[in-house]
Amino acid sequence: MPGPWKAELFTMSDAPLKTLPDKQAVLAELSGHPAVKAILSWNADALKKAKFDRGELTLTVVPEEIVAACQTLRAAGYNFFEDMTAVDWFPQSPRYQLSYHLLSHKLKERIRLCALLDDPDPAIESITSVWAGANYYEREVFDLFGVHFQGHPNLRRILLPDDWTGHPLRKDYPVEGYR
Amino acid sequence: MVDVGTPILEVPEAQGTEGQHMILNMGPQHPSTHGVLRLVLEIDGETVLRLYPEIGYLHTGIEKTCEAKFYQQVVPLTDRIDYLGPMANNLCYALAVEKLLELEIPPKAQWMRVLLAELTRLNSHLIWLGTHAMDIGALTVFLYTFREREDILRLFEAIAGQRMMTSYIRIGGLSMEPPLGWLDRLQEFIKGLPEKIDEYSNLLTGNPIFINRLKGVGYLSQEDAIALGVTGPVARASGIDFDVRRDMPYSGYEKFQFQVPVSNDCDVWARYLLRLQEMRESIKIIQQALDGMPEGRVTADAPKIVLPDREKMKTQMEALIHHFKIVTEGFAVPAGEVYQCIESGHGLMGYYVVSDGTAKPYRVHMRYPGFATLQALETMCQGRLIADVVAVIGSIDIVLGEIDR
Repeated sequence: MPGPWKAELFTMSDAPLKTLPDKQAVLAELSGHPAVKAILSWNADALKKAKFDRGELTLTVVPEEIVAACQTLRAAGYNFFEDMTAVDWFPQSPRYQLSYHLLSHKLKERIRLCALLDDPDPAIESITSVWAGANYYEREVFDLFGVHFQGHPNLRRILLPDDWTGHPLRKDYPVEGYR
Repeated sequence: MVDVGTPILEVPEAQGTEGQHMILNMGPQHPSTHGVLRLVLEIDGETVLRLYPEIGYLHTGIEKTCEAKFYQQVVPLTDRIDYLGPMANNLCYALAVEKLLELEIPPKAQWMRVLLAELTRLNSHLIWLGTHAMDIGALTVFLYTFREREDILRLFEAIAGQRMMTSYIRIGGLSMEPPLGWLDRLQEFIKGLPEKIDEYSNLLTGNPIFINRLKGVGYLSQEDAIALGVTGPVARASGIDFDVRRDMPYSGYEKFQFQVPVSNDCDVWARYLLRLQEMRESIKIIQQALDGMPEGRVTADAPKIVLPDREKMKTQMEALIHHFKIVTEGFAVPAGEVYQCIESGHGLMGYYVVSDGTAKPYRVHMRYPGFATLQALETMCQGRLIADVVAVIGSIDIVLGEIDR
């Protein structure tokens, strides 16, 4: 099974296919990884959590710094915004996990950038200023999870009708809907 | 900076009758919008000034439904998302869950999956070609491509029992062995297909009306394509040399030889030529898969995850118990989150599956290429004629099922 990045672009003594469960382990083993390196040299305090699991690197940053983190990673070679969604961890706190998937065409590798938000007013800055293509994805998360994106040019419901009540992908919304 | 999605709610007051703008509603029942896409256009005469897509007419809440089903029960739901490429949906979901389970898939199943994914791509591209040409006004091609598509659907029916909603690729392998003689039937079909593609090409590529309608239309620069998240043939026609099959291989694609066509022309014509080339490459991959088809099982050796053979259930108590357990209780998947992407007929398709350690997925999110590509529609159509909008929609190969989910 090939490693998550090409050997000629990034060298490691042993293939990092084992699980690195927390920030400490990731910093110890993967400090040379382009994304980790970029985040550390930008603002090491902004990195809250890190995880390497099943060949996928997850970096959790503080939600206030999401736009700067995206800009940093874009400059580090992760040029393509691939996907963005949320996970509702109700009734845990913080409740909402936003997952951004960023792809690098050059490194041929993907990382997951996370930000954790909490009730009662989940809000985060929009990254449409970095990637215009995040527009529909943020609208979808707003529509289905009720997370607000500050600075979004057109934050309206996208899949559901404008007069819909509630946010269906929240865990406290019944699967059958409200009757 | 490209602009996405300013809703067109009213037009500015015009001074007199000169330069008066008008709002035109296109869809959701317009036949050339391929389903239920609604476009609001602000036009000046025949020129499109702004364009705003309204989507969600086909939203069925599949992501929410997935959370209430066992992992194996999600497979038939995935068929219905991109209904023109059922096997690609199945494959992407199966790969994501297998990554969570860290399951080893036998070589024959991997080979069959590659073969079926490429057959699905052919199916999807044939429909695209037929409908795209029909939108432009060349009705004949539609009849030709649907002839070949019918052959593919018959092959699907023979292998899965279903023409469109196949659910054939399951977690841990395939649902069953391909029937006897199926591979020979496929070989026969594949042998004749390059000629058929020449036939379509002969009808269209030299056709002056077709060329005039397509060349230079729907320009999308490489920077805009990257900024807007555009993938697949549309991105490759804008000079982005990236194909997941080659660059981040999955399911054994690294063992196949094929070219990834790329063009720098950035227009509808380039997308047309590129997809034709992709179909020829798909045929090559299927031929390689047929030639090197390994022997062995088509399901992983994981009795608690893969349903047992019917024969074994009649003779072995253990198999019967496993069957009962899987069907009634499902199987627990270790906690974690994975994102798996594949190259579908329309571009980069990704499944984000989050597990909390139970038998039902905690969250399933699907990234479908059409959703992002639709954002680029305004950029491609601005300043062009209304008739060009139809050509551009055809060229992005839009399937509303995958956009609305």
